[in-house]
Amino acid sequence: MHDIAFTLNGRPWSLRVEPRRTLVDAIRDDCGATGTHIGCEHGVCGACTILLDGEPVRSCLMFAVQADGRALRTVEGLEKDGALHPLQRAFIDHHALQCGFCTPGFLMLAVGVLERTPNISDEALTDVLSSNLCRCTGYQNIVRAVRAAAEEMAP
Amino acid sequence: MTASGFPNSRVIGHDVARVEDEALIRGVGRFVDDIVLPGMLHVAFVRSPHAHAAILGIDPSGALGMPGVHAVLTLADLAPHLTDTRLVVAMPSPSYRQQLHRPVLADREVVHVGEPIAAVLADSRYLAEDAAALVDVDYDVLPVVADCVAALEPGSPTAHRDASSNLVAEMTVEYGDVAAAFAAAPHRFRERLWIHRGGSHSMECRGLVAVHDVLEDRLTVWSSTQMPHAAHRLLCDIMGLGERQIRVVTPDVGGGFGPKLIFYPEDVVVAVAARLLGRPVKWIEDRREHFVATTQERDQYWDVELATDDAGRVLGVRGLLVHDHGAWTARGVNVPQGAVAAMPLAYVVPAYSMAIKAAATNKVPVTPVRGAGQPQGVFAMERLLDSAARALGLDRAEIRRRNLVPAERMPYATPMRTRGGIPVVLDSGDYPRCQQMALDRADWAGFTARQQAARAEGRYIGIGLANYVEGTGRGPYEHVSVRIEPSGRIFVATGAAAMGQSTQTMLAQIVAEQLGADMSNIRVVTGDTAAAPLGIGGSNSRQAVLAGNSAHAAAIRVRERVLEAASQMLEVAAADLEIEGQRVRLKGAEEVGLTLSQVARAAAGQAGFSLPGQAGPGLAASEELVIDAMSYANGSAVVEVEVDIGTGAITIRNLVFAHDCGRALHPRIVDGQLMGGIAHGIGNALYEFMAYDENAQPVTTTLAEYLLVTATEMPPVTILHMESPTPLNPLGIKGVGEAGVIPIGAAVASAVEHALSSFGVRVNRLPLSPVDLLGLLNAATA
Repeated sequence: MHDIAFTLNGRPWSLRVEPRRTLVDAIRDDCGATGTHIGCEHGVCGACTILLDGEPVRSCLMFAVQADGRALRTVEGLEKDGALHPLQRAFIDHHALQCGFCTPGFLMLAVGVLERTPNISDEALTDVLSSNLCRCTGYQNIVRAVRAAAEEMAP
Repeated sequence: MTASGFPNSRVIGHDVARVEDEALIRGVGRFVDDIVLPGMLHVAFVRSPHAHAAILGIDPSGALGMPGVHAVLTLADLAPHLTDTRLVVAMPSPSYRQQLHRPVLADREVVHVGEPIAAVLADSRYLAEDAAALVDVDYDVLPVVADCVAALEPGSPTAHRDASSNLVAEMTVEYGDVAAAFAAAPHRFRERLWIHRGGSHSMECRGLVAVHDVLEDRLTVWSSTQMPHAAHRLLCDIMGLGERQIRVVTPDVGGGFGPKLIFYPEDVVVAVAARLLGRPVKWIEDRREHFVATTQERDQYWDVELATDDAGRVLGVRGLLVHDHGAWTARGVNVPQGAVAAMPLAYVVPAYSMAIKAAATNKVPVTPVRGAGQPQGVFAMERLLDSAARALGLDRAEIRRRNLVPAERMPYATPMRTRGGIPVVLDSGDYPRCQQMALDRADWAGFTARQQAARAEGRYIGIGLANYVEGTGRGPYEHVSVRIEPSGRIFVATGAAAMGQSTQTMLAQIVAEQLGADMSNIRVVTGDTAAAPLGIGGSNSRQAVLAGNSAHAAAIRVRERVLEAASQMLEVAAADLEIEGQRVRLKGAEEVGLTLSQVARAAAGQAGFSLPGQAGPGLAASEELVIDAMSYANGSAVVEVEVDIGTGAITIRNLVFAHDCGRALHPRIVDGQLMGGIAHGIGNALYEFMAYDENAQPVTTTLAEYLLVTATEMPPVTILHMESPTPLNPLGIKGVGEAGVIPIGAAVASAVEHALSSFGVRVNRLPLSPVDLLGLLNAATA
């Protein structure tokens, strides 16, 4: 067992975990933040995407011990003072979610991308959004939503 | 967006905000894996690594010795607590030649890789999986049936060792004098086709949490199912419990797409284990299990013939469909039946005879995936029409125009019947006009010039089209109750189950339209057997039609009660009252009125005092509007592709989808449903392939091997709408949940063949991977 500490959406956590415990299990089961979902557990679907020190990562492909000392952000941290993040608002406005299971992963992927590359081109945006899978929407409304949020978030 | 289909409506027909979104977007939805209960145990299943083997023994001792392991359950452990050790779930059909009811757990024989044999219950899923690896199952490997065509050949091994053959079911769907039609026809065209469809791959896999409340002697089962009421009934039956002793609830469901309507072995095991062990029990399917244990669609082989006159008019269609049924009957023969029923449906086909043979294989059972056989039936018909157009020198759109059921013949009574024996009557629509809309937007007429320009640059582009007609809204009913609580809030409960199709929004819209137009005042509960006494659930693009119209009828009745009671209380005529938000008020004098809460409290009554009005107590109504006849939606897809003859890569350049689902309750949701189906159809056409080797070992068991469409594969898509309200229900709506997927494969095949027409390539299979395409090219040019 290993003692680890990280912050999740700004709140400090100290956990004792088995070395094999995945980060997504630690987030969901140990921290109780169930907004991050598990879709494949082999790093393809991206439902478990979170931000690790600002970088989108697949939390199913990481061990919890690898998050020691890091800052994690998940969908639960997007709201500020009760107001939705522009990406959350845009997903609603553009009907970019149906069942909603993949949505937190797409949101965190998009947040991570737009924070680093606010002026991302359309082509590059579609390309990066192809990292994650959605079975409901056919993606076009997701791309539109992220594009709309990018305009709003642009400095 | 205006509500063209619903004149004067305030809520329905408008793109209102979805009620589902607020929780989902914040990450506070509750999917089944989000449910955590004190003392909960976790299940891992021991599954067969063999496609076919006898089980000589199961030794759980290694697993039971592990710390944290509470039980290893086999069929022998469960049987004393079950009324039946088999899942008897097959829909009725006279076509069965053998009954293949699958066991709750395999005990003597396993017949597909992934079949569950034992359940390990432990303190964590990690421990349960560790222990599952230590359950020692002694197998004697048996001969394997890996292919449904070979399965029916004499001398084939059988998928079940005690079976005399692999023929599970056979039937012929026919009408008219097909033999005479073919004998007299000047032209006949034959195609041999292989169509593969894969799994559903909802992003959320299956899952269950069960807890037994000993105080109330009630087992609550949260299940990611499309059909909670069916699961409830089957659990009551197999556990020998009364209806009140089990409650099945669907939490948020992360997509369904068909296979979640099935009742599974895991459903029984988890429910029984929770009672046996007296602890909450959770099982969450992982993706690999989804590949080997969740039902799929798979292979169909069609040998079909079309007879036409000199003008390309269809005289008859006949043939044989051999269908891979999988190892068990987990639903019925509805997939091949749906395929054969869909095949001629858009066209005037005077004589039809299609035989079906469903063959058992040592693979996961086949049950409906979004579209439920219809994409395959459409593919078969459209391939034949392309073949005829080519031979007769007709434009592919023109031969279709000559054969589509014309608008002036609506309602058009076909000689066919549904699986339930209900006549197939095409109720409404203008199929030729719908096709023309798609052709015009896709600039079909201008394509030759585009193609010549591309050829001059050494590029191969093609255009193709396909039509479909889909039976939607399969009856007989769906339950909806509407009640105004004493608080004035409106509570709606239904047997319909939500899995991402905006079912709660749809019902809230319909109820709000009648009861104040305030969506925020309405709470909709879907998929809870404790909230709705009756229900069928999510399948067959049925819930907007059935539940929507029940909600409409129930809301109108509640509205009448509100106005009747308020009219007495205010001493004004009911006709002069209106409901706005949470108030009933006098038209033109808005200060005169009552809150819904005041009316609801008065209507609830007090001992010894008269009720207001003549409408009786309470402000509630429940409806199960019975609509047996299906409403038939239709559409046309035109696809333009570019084929790289060097790599075999196919790129969809443009996709136009014109359709008619009657009135649209929420245009943006309709578009969303179609777009998801279109993406699924593109996947089926080009990417998705559930591969097995010759030993029926699945070899695509990750999403890196089984390819789903991503954002980069989506082409520009234009969706065009026609609205032909069906006369079959008060709202005039037809289903739309599956429509998008149905014509895409056929249209892509048509376009690819067109792109490569100079090579004489014939597309007779789907999906078309680059390797497949190069194979077709090589064969054509050899």
